[in-house]
Amino acid sequence: MAHAATHDHHDEHHGAPSNFFTRWFMSTNHKDIGTLYLIFSLTAFFVGGSFAMVIRAELFKPGMQLVQPYFFNEMTTMHALVMIFGAIMPAFVGLGNWMIPLMIGAPDMALPRMNNLSFWILPFAFALMLSTLFMHGGGPAGGWTMYPPLSLQSDSLAYVVFAIHLMGISSIMGAINIIATILNMRAPGMDLLKMPVFVWSWLITAFLLIAVMPVLAGAVTMLLTDKYFGTSFFNAAGGGDPVLYQHVFWFFGHPEVYIMILPAFGIISEVIPTFSRKPIFGYKAMVFAIASIAFLSFIVWAHHMFAVGLPLGAEIFFMYATMLIAVPTGVKVFNWVSTMWGGSLTFETPMLFAIAFVILFTIGGFSGLMLALVPADFQYHDTYFVVAHFHYVLVTGAAFAIMSGTYYWLPKWCGHMYSEFWGKMHFWNSVVWVNVLFFPQHFLGLAGMPRRIPDYNVAFANFNMISSIGGFLFGASQLIFLGVIIHAVFFSKKKAPDRVWEGARGLEWTVPSPAPHHTFALPPVIHDDELAHGHVED
Amino acid sequence: MTLPQASSFAPNVDHLFDTLLALCTLVVVGVFTVMIVFCVKYRRGTSAERTPARSHLGVELTWTLVPFVLFMGIFGWSVHLWIRLRTPPKDAQPIYVVAKQWMWKVQHPGGQREIDQLHVPVGQPIRLVMTSQDVIHSFYVPAFRVKQDVLPDRYTELWFTATQAGTYHLFCAEFCGTDHSRMRGEVVVMAPADYARWLQAHAGIGLAAQGAALFRRLGCSGCHDPQSGVHAPSLENLYGSTVPLSDGSQVLADERYLHDSILLPKKQVAAGYAPIMPSFEGRLGEEDVLALVAYLKTRGTQTEKPE
Ligand code: HEC
Ligand code: HEM
Ligand SMILES: [Cu+2]
Ligand SMILES: [Cu+2]
Repeated sequence: MAHAATHDHHDEHHGAPSNFFTRWFMSTNHKDIGTLYLIFSLTAFFVGGSFAMVIRAELFKPGMQLVQPYFFNEMTTMHALVMIFGAIMPAFVGLGNWMIPLMIGAPDMALPRMNNLSFWILPFAFALMLSTLFMHGGGPAGGWTMYPPLSLQSDSLAYVVFAIHLMGISSIMGAINIIATILNMRAPGMDLLKMPVFVWSWLITAFLLIAVMPVLAGAVTMLLTDKYFGTSFFNAAGGGDPVLYQHVFWFFGHPEVYIMILPAFGIISEVIPTFSRKPIFGYKAMVFAIASIAFLSFIVWAHHMFAVGLPLGAEIFFMYATMLIAVPTGVKVFNWVSTMWGGSLTFETPMLFAIAFVILFTIGGFSGLMLALVPADFQYHDTYFVVAHFHYVLVTGAAFAIMSGTYYWLPKWCGHMYSEFWGKMHFWNSVVWVNVLFFPQHFLGLAGMPRRIPDYNVAFANFNMISSIGGFLFGASQLIFLGVIIHAVFFSKKKAPDRVWEGARGLEWTVPSPAPHHTFALPPVIHDDELAHGHVED
Repeated sequence: MTLPQASSFAPNVDHLFDTLLALCTLVVVGVFTVMIVFCVKYRRGTSAERTPARSHLGVELTWTLVPFVLFMGIFGWSVHLWIRLRTPPKDAQPIYVVAKQWMWKVQHPGGQREIDQLHVPVGQPIRLVMTSQDVIHSFYVPAFRVKQDVLPDRYTELWFTATQAGTYHLFCAEFCGTDHSRMRGEVVVMAPADYARWLQAHAGIGLAAQGAALFRRLGCSGCHDPQSGVHAPSLENLYGSTVPLSDGSQVLADERYLHDSILLPKKQVAAGYAPIMPSFEGRLGEEDVLALVAYLKTRGTQTEKPE
């Protein structure tokens, strides 16, 4: 033990390795790996975003305008896969990597070499998947849900399946690492119930990941064997059933959507208290709500399958469980609002994104609730109403939370303040155009426009044009985001203080900005007053 | 772009949806207003009184339980409506639909065939019996507020009563490949008299008659005829009866059972018979199977069809 401590101390003097290759490719440092994840995620965000621009351009007017239908279908499929597995999930892992050790007073992640491996698998997985776009026979075009028999018609199935295996391995290793870190590496005095909500949300998310990623791997492996090895899991003629795939997929799929929102809840639960200068309202209720949402997410999967024709009793059960999940979700919203009650509020960019998150995520939650009613979903399933629902929860939910967290912690990462003016420009542009983009899609869905179509009836023309305009401008607004980040990292002259935000509490604000390459080599002595939840009785 | 309410339950579905929409709008507007008020009132530097509240059990319980009770009300209503939507009336008229990449083929019991069109009369409950020849599709008529996935090797059902004459969009809602967006058609709802005239003008050989011809041509009668020497069940009065299976279970002989007996005979073997019936998978298209099923249904039907 004594030896290890001196060794760490020794390292601290060295800082980061100076050799570029050693530093970035062989890194075992949680901060560098976190940075790699974040850069990867931002890149994927723009790649997936460019696919979305193709989609919106084609849908600008009715009729086939720009691309072939097959290419359009490749775009919808790849857009979803890249955004989910490339942009949102790695962003959360990056934030977790950077912040969890800092928040709990740990010197690094518990399994640093595995951490390196989890990251470096990802570029290969994505290269494998995206390479299909340039291949003879084309990329996957059966939708990100890959329902058989349709997905079995694709020649690139094997590429996608192996890519998903790799992404799954990466996620599972990441999740194991996070659990091991949180459970074993907390500094003395950092009790579980004193941890920041962000750490809690990641702990629970990590368990969800370990539970469901293997299920996805199983489902896609069955597709692979059905196509190439003569099995009949999903083929009725051989005694299988295509609906079985949907059950297995959504048993993964619904927890997956919560994997993409629970860490977002965590970020928002850090940002709102900081800029309200007041601890979060109902800390324990917040943690409990996250845990119950995670539990319920395992028993609602068939709400994605109401139109398949399940037994009546099953449909009623899944409708009930789905409506139930809205209750803890509502508790969280009410708690965020109450945190602002009696606070002393300022509105820097992270707070603006957090406030927008609360409102717009609520809209997305409610459209989810409407879809939970079987008689309504019977009408709205597989229409643009669903598209509007999940973009409200994923873009103005998950992505806005990631942006909020980026502005919030960026000064800690790079040691300089970002430009508040351009941050706000990014915010206002995003929040306006995202609503121009997605709100009209509710009306399209209500009018009966099916999803995943490159060509549509002229009756839907106006709202599609509005939506496309919103889409282009939302896409362009994200260039401001890129600009703000590049400016802050490389050009900003404004030094960030250690406690970047006046109201911020927690261990991450006790280390210098930028956070040195090695922090907490010796466990910090924790004073409860430094923590946001040091004296929790509630 | 308002959507017509052209089926008997369109108004009910809309009513449920509108109620929930109103409730949700109320909450969203409430949350929004409270946030704006807080943002103004408690912005830094104002002299508003600041309470140090960090949590409050009573408040937490209220906002957990009130939504819960409201949701349960909506839940009860939805269940009630859904059970109605799932239960076709006894006199519903069957029409057969076969989906394939990328078209809808419709067969009426009288032998009328249509592609990407469906003609139905006003006021008569219609029960669609649907199957797919390849991938999963979904039969979706927004004006009727109905949608049902159409699966390969399986019959799914959808029923409705059209209430307004007119022409309505028919879409495929389940993503089914390259020309998914082109897989659309129309449902033409006609006054009963017009419909009768339409049926007459398009009459072909009745579906059951086509089936009878197939039954002979394919050699089914060679085994299933009471006179034949093969030990095979007589198919009289089969439809709607309960069939004991060789594994000891029982099954209702509905359309799906007849379909599977022809294409996948090994799946469910009637008790007391050897599994010698050959599979017709690959030799028969779904449309031929529908004709055979329609024919078998005419060979006597158990009067009370258990639901
Ligand atoms: C080689 C003889 C043979 C031929 C040809 C044959 N069947 Fe059969 N069929 C059987 C036997 C034996 C059974 C009972 C065992 C079983 O369920 O598989 C049966 C069962 C059935 C059943 C289920 C009956 C019940 O009581 O459950 C149906 C329906 C049926 N056949 C329809 C057809 C049709 C339609 C054809 C022509 C396309 C056909 N069969 C051709 C021998 C035959
Ligand atoms: C109040 C909570 C929520 C409820 C009640 C809810 C309900 C639903 C329902 C019923 C559907 C199926 C709609 C259909 O296909 O007909 C659905 C789809 C979807 N939801 Fe939610 N949802 C909620 C929150 C979320 C969250 C937090 C996310 C992600 C962050 C999310 C992401 C999605 C996605 C991606 C789909 C579409 C999947 C697809 O078909 O491609 N939802 N939701
Ligand atoms: Cu879900
Ligand atoms: Cu389709």
